[in-house]
Amino acid sequence: MMTTITKTRAGRLGKRPPRVRGSINAKAPAHRRDAALAWVLIAPGLVGFVAFVAYPTLRGFYLSFTDFRVLTPPTWTGLDNIIELAHDGVFWNSLLVTVYFVAISVVLGTAISIVTAVILHRLTASSVIRGLIILPFLISGVVAATLWSWMLDAQLGVVNVLVQHVFGHPVMFLTTRAWAIPSIAMISIWKSMGYNAIIIFAGLQTIPSSIYEAGRLDGASEVKMFRYLTLPLLRPILAMVLILSIIGSFQVFDIVQVATRGGPANASKVLQMYIYQKAFGQFDFGYAATMSLALFVVLIVITFLQMRLTRASESDTN
Amino acid sequence: MTTQTVTAARTSRTKERTGTRRFSLGKTIAWCYIGLILLVTLFPFYWMLRTALSNNLALFTDPGSLLPVHFTLGAFARVLGLATQAQAVAEGGSGASLQIGPFLLNSLIYASLSTACTVFFSTIAAYAFARLQWRGRETMFSVFLSALMVPGILTLLPNFVLIKDLGLLNSFGGMVLPTALFSAFNIFFLRQFMLGLSNEIEEAALIDGAGRVRLLFTITVPMTSGPIITLTILNFINAWNDYFWPLLVTSDNSVRPLTLALAVFKQSSPQAQPDWAGLMAATLVAALPMLVIFMIFGKRIVNSIGFTGLK
Repeated sequence: MMTTITKTRAGRLGKRPPRVRGSINAKAPAHRRDAALAWVLIAPGLVGFVAFVAYPTLRGFYLSFTDFRVLTPPTWTGLDNIIELAHDGVFWNSLLVTVYFVAISVVLGTAISIVTAVILHRLTASSVIRGLIILPFLISGVVAATLWSWMLDAQLGVVNVLVQHVFGHPVMFLTTRAWAIPSIAMISIWKSMGYNAIIIFAGLQTIPSSIYEAGRLDGASEVKMFRYLTLPLLRPILAMVLILSIIGSFQVFDIVQVATRGGPANASKVLQMYIYQKAFGQFDFGYAATMSLALFVVLIVITFLQMRLTRASESDTN
Repeated sequence: MTTQTVTAARTSRTKERTGTRRFSLGKTIAWCYIGLILLVTLFPFYWMLRTALSNNLALFTDPGSLLPVHFTLGAFARVLGLATQAQAVAEGGSGASLQIGPFLLNSLIYASLSTACTVFFSTIAAYAFARLQWRGRETMFSVFLSALMVPGILTLLPNFVLIKDLGLLNSFGGMVLPTALFSAFNIFFLRQFMLGLSNEIEEAALIDGAGRVRLLFTITVPMTSGPIITLTILNFINAWNDYFWPLLVTSDNSVRPLTLALAVFKQSSPQAQPDWAGLMAATLVAALPMLVIFMIFGKRIVNSIGFTGLK
């Protein structure tokens, strides 16, 4: 038993080779041929990693500085793509549109997720309800966008039937400049709210209930307990949810592609869509790679800033 | 001393009483909120079904009706290719209606193949990282984990070029390959569980002369079957819903999955009077496997999502 424990721990740290311990004779033969087998077992993964993660990442960096039209080999153009990017109005418009979308969907989506998770946690342990709210997360963006295109349809959509009852006139949700991005953000929130709420819920379950009991003894209201106990203790999980949502939202594509195709008149042309159109509509792969790189840099900066601002790695207790 | 205790007891009782009253009012509001959330979450699914069971030509007569308008299974017949052209047109389907049968099959092949490969290769790699002692293990593991930092957007275009150079465009191989061999999250997820297994059974089997490879498949895999099933479900859902990557590497309908066909069908619908009933029938069929998986494995999926937050 002792040896088992020591071995597991050493195995987990992985620094000390098994030789050091007293039980060498029993264990050494068992692990003698491990190395060869291990390399065989991770070989497919290693090939996949090198071919489809490491190499494409480096190649992506390289292509960003080239003129590349797929059919002919890339030619090095230095900073030309970046200079073009700086003067490309459509790019800046796309970036703005994307930021607008991210702002709405992340702020509103996270707020609703937190409220939902906290209320569920204080109210019921029903796993059925928790299951039901992740249902939209399980269907594809294409299905969600098609469904909502129908429900938001200007003439026959059920949402507009309701809107017309209340306001007397329909709203062109997906076909006017002002409404396109908010509508898409709403679809995105509908799809991901439950998922985020479940992550936050799991975080809430790790907070010991004695803390709330103490709070109640001190006469704290539910709202106060939420503000001064729940939120600070949830900080690491919230930071993670925020970062994941932001990274995901910046790469939104399928909902936009199906619901508006970037229209009307570029009003919902998000960055990922512009990249796709440049690469596969105009076969300008070099420039598309440059934009991907720019998006990557934006994501890194945001992640970094957010880690700093929210101090993601620590909750207020320690 | 006594007075103090009494006062304290009294105040705490008062607090408790007001607390309860406020709490039950709050409770009502809270339940209403949950009810609203459930309504907003689930109503669209009902509306999908309601529309799919309606006659497309009759939809405009009563757009707010909670029940199907002119109940018919025609939309399903239409998208599954069971209706004649005349029948389809009679119910408001377009002449060139969407036949989702072949696309459904493509989706099934793509999602199954992709899931089977990625789960298998992740399992054996996780075993090497969790149960075997070898030099370089921790280094290789960190290298693998670094892949979690690279967002899809950076690798998608170069991966497309690579698949094209390999001549794998418009093939299931090309669709599957980038994720089939390597998935950092899968390996990390399975390794966590394999690390927690006890050594004793394995060692006993080793002494009996069983080989490591046999141990992997007869002892470790059965003992981690729970997490492996969870991963299988998650990967299948992801692959089934995948849109962007198949869009890049396929242009031929013989391999295109249902998500792509659906998007094309939606985009090519006539502006004047789209076949909404047909579209909803098709989306329902596309969502159906996910709904079935949800009904069987809902709790498992919820728990695995929780794990994402706690790792």
